[in-house]
Amino acid sequence: MTASTLERPAPYRKLLHLNWIGGLAGWFWLFVVIVPIYWIALTSIKTRSNYYTTNPLAPPDDITFSNYQFVMDAGFPRYFTNTVIVTLGAVVPAVLISFMAAFAIVRAGDGRFLRGVNLLFLAGLAVPLQAVIIPVYLIIIKLQLYDTLLAIILPSVAFAIPLTVLILVNFIRDVPKELFESMRLDGASEWRTAWSLAFPLTRPALVTVGIYNALTIWNGFLLPLVLTSEPDQRTLPLALWSFQGQYGVNVPAVAAAVVLTTLPILALYAIGRRQLLSGLTAGFGR
Amino acid sequence: MALPAFLMFVAFAVIPLIGVLALSFTQWDGIGDIHPAGFDSWRDVLTDPGLPNALWVTFEVMFLSWAFQTPLSLLIGVFLAAPHRYRGVLAVIYFIPLLLSQAAIAITFKALLDPNFGLGAGLGVDLLVQDWLGDPTLALCTVVFVVSWQFIPFHSLIYQGAVRQIPISLYEAAQLDGAGRIRQFFSITLPQLRNTIITSSTLMVVGSLTFFDLIWVLTAGGPGDATRALALDMYIRGFRANLMGPASAIAVILVVVGLLLALALRRLGGGRDTGSQLEGM
Repeated sequence: MTASTLERPAPYRKLLHLNWIGGLAGWFWLFVVIVPIYWIALTSIKTRSNYYTTNPLAPPDDITFSNYQFVMDAGFPRYFTNTVIVTLGAVVPAVLISFMAAFAIVRAGDGRFLRGVNLLFLAGLAVPLQAVIIPVYLIIIKLQLYDTLLAIILPSVAFAIPLTVLILVNFIRDVPKELFESMRLDGASEWRTAWSLAFPLTRPALVTVGIYNALTIWNGFLLPLVLTSEPDQRTLPLALWSFQGQYGVNVPAVAAAVVLTTLPILALYAIGRRQLLSGLTAGFGR
Repeated sequence: MALPAFLMFVAFAVIPLIGVLALSFTQWDGIGDIHPAGFDSWRDVLTDPGLPNALWVTFEVMFLSWAFQTPLSLLIGVFLAAPHRYRGVLAVIYFIPLLLSQAAIAITFKALLDPNFGLGAGLGVDLLVQDWLGDPTLALCTVVFVVSWQFIPFHSLIYQGAVRQIPISLYEAAQLDGAGRIRQFFSITLPQLRNTIITSSTLMVVGSLTFFDLIWVLTAGGPGDATRALALDMYIRGFRANLMGPASAIAVILVVVGLLLALALRRLGGGRDTGSQLEGM
């Protein structure tokens, strides 16, 4: 259910129209949201001297892309690649193993072990990453993975599991039992039923959780901060932070860096918006 | 088939959760050997004035961001639920702050709020020219504002969805009885949103315990320790001061406070009804 596609019967128009206090709040907050976004995009195409002499909300005297060039030369392609590797490397396995778990949980019905696993994941929703970061750091050191991308990927997978399983369980439950039955009568194994029946039927939900996890992991900050120290292993949010420390006085360059780290995620959102919102409502609504 | 997910989760979430409790009874500098230390870390943490400060800062951020976000999100949600021409565009733009990394948001606001070259000075509006991040009280309010900048859109969407589920017949009946718009809001909309308010508040309150990226990049806990909230306090003790034992003790406190708050709010909500939504987050 996408909220924005819901059609309301006619009386609603009369009833909810002209809600001027809400309207005021709504437009005010829209302004508050847009100004920083506009400002950062604008600043990124100003020259440094122009930045200090023009009104912050006025367009630049002449547009420059040298800030972007500067950021690209400062190693951003490398950080971009790292972030893509971490994101894909974590999202794909996380979604696949969560799907398998969700399928098993739904199919098990009263199985005691799987009910326990399900409860464990539900409880796991309440465990914040921050609270366990020190032991995770210890485990990564013991596994000799410190300063590798795998160090970021493994905990990312683990922390993506609870919510992903929850949403997928809700979705797989809606697959009619008769379909599973007929697969069984045809002599298909559970494994085959999972991948050739449930997997395609669950695709909308899989896309949703895929996008959601990609957003979270792409923007992840704490894991790279704690589990890597080599600039070579940096991901974008962390690179942005250290870039800001290094070139903080060069505000247009920092702005360009912010734009560059943000664009890929906006593109992903543009592609998957409907899917993401509808899937999340379905997952949370029950 | 559930085994891979189960093992991953046990390895990187369940064992660490037990591990953090164990580590709080040790001494470790993050590199060398780990030594058992009994209750030393706990005694250090509990007698350190830094802990009450971190708890107080956490509580302040929690309460202020709740008090600021709830009414605004509710109003905007009610507004968004009504049909009007720009709703599609509004919904798209509202969602953008949620997509940005907290590091990017913090960096943007840091530059935007700069007293010398930021928005206020550039526009020549004296009211906006403040040392937003240098004054202890202002810095805390700035953190709350930036947090709200990111999350008000999310909570508005929750409220928007909930408003649409209110049966239209309630409003029709109220209109027949001659209830005005404002009366309708307080007698129908608000009571009908009770569970949503509790869900949204729980998410805000429990979520605010884990604010880290944003505060770290924005103020690094400063000025002084005016914005050094619990999660940040843990990071600074552990990874900056190399005191992993006391940092683990703080992490344990973080988990306990989070659980207590979640349980308290769940009880407030009457339990079962909000349960499924709570678990859903």
